[in-house]
Amino acid sequence: MHYEVVIRPNNSWLTTDWRDLLAYRDLLWQFVRRDYTARFKQTILGPLWFILNPLITTVVFAVIFGRVMESTPPGIPALIFFNSGLIAWNYFSALLASTGNTLQGNVHLFSKVYFPRLIVPIAQVVSNLIGLAVQMLTFGCLVLYVWLTDPAFKNLQFGWTILLLPLLLLHVALLALGAGLFLSAITAKYRDLQNLLGFFINSMMFVTPVMWPLSTLEAKFPESYELFMILNPMISIVEGFRLALIGAGSFSATYYTLSVVSSIVLLFCGLVLFERAARSFVDQA
Amino acid sequence: MSEPMISVRGVSKRYRLGTVGMTSLRDDLQRLWRSPTSDPSNHGDFWALKDVSFDVEPGEIVGLIGRNGAGKSTLLKVLSRITEPSAGEIRLRGRIGSLLEVGAGFHPELSGRDNIYLNGAILGMSRAEITRKFDEIVAFAEIEKFIDTPVKRYSSGMYVRLAFAVAAHLEPEILIIDEVLAVGDQQFQKKCLGKMQDVSRREGRTVLVVSHTMPVILQLAHRCVVLEQGEVRFTGAPAKAVEIYLNETGAGTSVHFDVENTQRKFMGTLDAKIIHLRFPRTLPIFEAHEDLRFVAKIRARDRIENARVSMVVFASEGTPVGACFSDGVLQLGPGEEAELEVTLSDPGLAPGAYYCGVAIGKGSYKTGHIDFDVVLETLHFEVCAAPGEDTAVSHWCHQWGRIVFKDLAVRQSSAELAGV
Repeated sequence: MHYEVVIRPNNSWLTTDWRDLLAYRDLLWQFVRRDYTARFKQTILGPLWFILNPLITTVVFAVIFGRVMESTPPGIPALIFFNSGLIAWNYFSALLASTGNTLQGNVHLFSKVYFPRLIVPIAQVVSNLIGLAVQMLTFGCLVLYVWLTDPAFKNLQFGWTILLLPLLLLHVALLALGAGLFLSAITAKYRDLQNLLGFFINSMMFVTPVMWPLSTLEAKFPESYELFMILNPMISIVEGFRLALIGAGSFSATYYTLSVVSSIVLLFCGLVLFERAARSFVDQA
Repeated sequence: MSEPMISVRGVSKRYRLGTVGMTSLRDDLQRLWRSPTSDPSNHGDFWALKDVSFDVEPGEIVGLIGRNGAGKSTLLKVLSRITEPSAGEIRLRGRIGSLLEVGAGFHPELSGRDNIYLNGAILGMSRAEITRKFDEIVAFAEIEKFIDTPVKRYSSGMYVRLAFAVAAHLEPEILIIDEVLAVGDQQFQKKCLGKMQDVSRREGRTVLVVSHTMPVILQLAHRCVVLEQGEVRFTGAPAKAVEIYLNETGAGTSVHFDVENTQRKFMGTLDAKIIHLRFPRTLPIFEAHEDLRFVAKIRARDRIENARVSMVVFASEGTPVGACFSDGVLQLGPGEEAELEVTLSDPGLAPGAYYCGVAIGKGSYKTGHIDFDVVLETLHFEVCAAPGEDTAVSHWCHQWGRIVFKDLAVRQSSAELAGV
């Protein structure tokens, strides 16, 4: 076997070594396993938390926004409405929160061992899929429950749109990964921003139609509606999920395409910045 | 011959002083306002490595030595691709496994078993490879019983053993090890040394090892690179390299001990004074069962007759090991100087670090004992196991004391059947 590595100062833009990444694929699975095992060690309910967390949130939303503020769109059962929005949002926010701290959170590892740094955030994409899958199941159960109990159920239109789901999943994963890499690179350089990460994710939820229907935004702020749609690619994704899961919402192909484009741009920028930061931050940490 | 396994060419690594550590957002924003020339945070550069070049051949064990801050760790970091060089080029003709810190990536909540897989993968092993070596790793680490216990419940010794075991069973063509032998008990250290020799000798792999423990370097390395302030000072035979390193580090590891003006803890009559002591060799390192020989230079103030030399050997932590008095055979006139060759025939010292106290005096218990001069804490030396020596035990355990007795005679009279 002829194998040769050349180490020299690197100034090129995008230096991701895809072959190297492939060679370390076993590590990816080990990280996924570690995340999964470590998360539920010494918890009594274990993986049940995957179901309980979003379920509790859904109930809280259903009570506060559905009953008190009455922001549910007419004709859609509150539980279904909130849960369908939360599926996409939870995956996005969990992934962003974990990848956004990739460099800072792994200093101890990165300063001692070499492996392709990208493995860590990619492993996060996969580990968070476990939670997503469980939530999907919960959603299915919820649909069943509503079907049995709520007459409003007949308003829902299930159908071929469910086929869009894999595409939407890939989209949200790439968006969160891109944003996460981007944030990770800048929080590694400017630690002050680390404190804003959680705040940023929280406030982003308020400008994403998770707990209110997109039509509200359009009705209340018609002049800035377009700006919102352009700046926040998550809006189209959440609406896309609603379309795929319950055939409802206000999905727009134009804005969705825009969201795809901005996600790809963000992913590319994130990759470049991340690789740059990963090469030098060990010297500064 | 084949190409070198590692070739390092003109590698330099620069750290910016003043901006080492994180720049805050405020600093960078301020910098935007100012012209680039008036940047106050740039206090200059620090070159951790300056134009370092050397080669390592396949199957070679190369020791990397140098004082703290000489750039050893930086070099290892660059070699293991943790950080990039600022200039120069390194070619590695094989997979590299580096062990800069044992147990990097261990997760406390995971069991020993899971951590072997995780750590192995981090170090670049495939799952199949780890599975194949799993039993060997567990046996080497001696943790069979605890393999399914979370490592957070491990003792620090078990933790370190497991971590080293994983790394030692890697199969990269190049193994890089930084001072890991400073951990674990003596027995395990010995085992690690043996493993490293095996790795190189039997499996033909290349090892680059950093250590401050000179006997380890002498025992392991085929060749050494001495780094000094980021530059290569010497490349070549370990004995020579260790000598250069020891001379560089100064007192305590040299073979010369200038004691004329050192503070005396016990005041003698100073009829005669010890002015210089030295080991007549290049390194203050003795093999086990070697005679302990040194040269003492003394100067008499008054006439002295029938004077004697006495010495006490202390273990490095200060425990006295033993003492010896010579016969009263020295005669010196006033103002005369003399060099004495003093030999303590095979004191049977166990491997370890020692120092001596040396005195000259005269008289006896009956006639009244007088000390002319007493020098304590001098003649620092190390005893290392004789190479190739085959003994009953793999290592000397310090609970057995510091002396290896010379002989234990056993005679068997006859053999009978016990009982009826």
